[in-house]
Amino acid sequence: MAEFISRGFKGRARETDGALKERIPPGQYETKDFPVLSAGPTPRTPLERWDFSIYGGIAEELKWTWDEFQKLQRETVMVDIHCVTKWSKLDTVWTGVSVDTLLAGIDLDAQPVRYLIAFCDGGYTTNLPLADVRDGKAWIAYEYDGKPLTPEHGGPARLLVPHLYFWKSAKWVRGFKLLSEDRPGFWESVGYHNYGDPWKEQRYAGD
Amino acid sequence: MQRLNWQLGTVVEIRQETPSVKSLILDVPGWIRHAAGQRVDVRLTAEDGYQTQRSYSIASPPEDTYLMLTVERIEGGEVSPYLTDELRVGDRIELRGPIGGYFVWDANDERNNNSPLFLIAGGSGIVPLMAMIRHRANSAQTVPTKLLYSSSSYEDIIYRDELGRISAKDPSLRVIHTLTRRRPENWTGYGRRIDRAMLAEIAWQPAENQLAFVCGPTALVETVATYLQELGYGPGRIKTERFGPTGG
Amino acid sequence: MDDNDLRLDGDAAGGLLNEVFPFEMTAAATTYSGCGAIKPVGELILYGHGMGAILGCAGCDVALIQITRIRRYYRLDLSGISRLQIGADIQ
Repeated sequence: MAEFISRGFKGRARETDGALKERIPPGQYETKDFPVLSAGPTPRTPLERWDFSIYGGIAEELKWTWDEFQKLQRETVMVDIHCVTKWSKLDTVWTGVSVDTLLAGIDLDAQPVRYLIAFCDGGYTTNLPLADVRDGKAWIAYEYDGKPLTPEHGGPARLLVPHLYFWKSAKWVRGFKLLSEDRPGFWESVGYHNYGDPWKEQRYAGD
Repeated sequence: MQRLNWQLGTVVEIRQETPSVKSLILDVPGWIRHAAGQRVDVRLTAEDGYQTQRSYSIASPPEDTYLMLTVERIEGGEVSPYLTDELRVGDRIELRGPIGGYFVWDANDERNNNSPLFLIAGGSGIVPLMAMIRHRANSAQTVPTKLLYSSSSYEDIIYRDELGRISAKDPSLRVIHTLTRRRPENWTGYGRRIDRAMLAEIAWQPAENQLAFVCGPTALVETVATYLQELGYGPGRIKTERFGPTGG
Repeated sequence: MDDNDLRLDGDAAGGLLNEVFPFEMTAAATTYSGCGAIKPVGELILYGHGMGAILGCAGCDVALIQITRIRRYYRLDLSGISRLQIGADIQ
């Protein structure tokens, strides 16, 4: 059956300049907005109660308070982000701590850990292979565009893993639990892809 | 009851309600009679197949032949500027409905006979409540009803004249406006955002078993619902519909 | 600010719910597994709009109903509710 076309409807600007086209993964459209999507109410954790921890399969749990976290080496990066709801936003600027910095104190090769679950205020979780947050691929970001990250966008701090669909960049992140076996997080448990590579259009389980 | 399918409606009339709000009157063949307060999903498709959907409250009462949707034009929006600027009489749009079984009011349901109605609207939140008011005017229902309607200015009051006409003819309906940003010279009505004091002055007493419907931007809806609870309205007697921060 | 559908009621999930249930779900009364409170679906708060429908309690953080539409199937998680009451005369 032929689909009905709404006469004269153009929709949000979807045409990307030639040079930038190759930065938009298949099935995605570019946006200049920054849409907000959450799986629950926005947590508002005061900084004096915030901490970030890494545990599981390692000799000693690592933990940083907000003040300690602020003293770690910070980086500012410009990355493209891709939401599974089809919107991509180019050249977003974030400041935070590289996950490599956080993992530096652990001899990971001596442990059987190969995966992690990122856990967050509000109960959200997402899972990743450890390899996907190492070697300059991930940050714990606390600033967006030079300003402190707002709660709606995941503040005080969120995980940033731009090479995967943005649901993996968990908002309100509070730590990593390291695992030897993979376990699906929130969206992965309700049918979204376990890995989520936007260049292979891995949106849903089975893709 | 069966699953709803997408239907096509034809625009038969377009009405300018306020400078930024238009009503679309649609002929929808085979339309299932809706209840006042229900909504439709509207789906737009571009030539390259791109689709997007929005939900709109039905402004027309169940008795009307045609379906009316009232749309506020949101600057920078994707759908509302299309509906208010581009759409012409004779165009068709895809819609699905009626949807919603919670935020509805039936004038002919005897269970509503002894519940004074308190309707509270912010901006375009008036739309589903207007369907209820029109439906009530068409019926034999005389349950005392008050509408408290918050708008930014006199010019932005949607359905202003019609509300005036309906309430002038019906002593059991009282319409109370509050204007939050600009007021005409001779304005004697409320001139501020809805607050607890205003609600306390207007609301029916809880002992009267009133039923409240609150619709508008999320912040207004949640604030009003909280105040009504503090004024003694029990669970189930306050029905809310949030339009999000910018309206419908 | 654009006019993305930012409505946050269970009613906003009405279209998706109707794709799954052949009756009007928003008026159905849910009993929370955790605290036992009874509320109509329309009063729940909707999150996740765009990726799915996560319907939660206004008072607490519990997700009661989760629906995702994944290509050819719907995945429904009702583990947050212990009882669902649907009026026989619901339209």
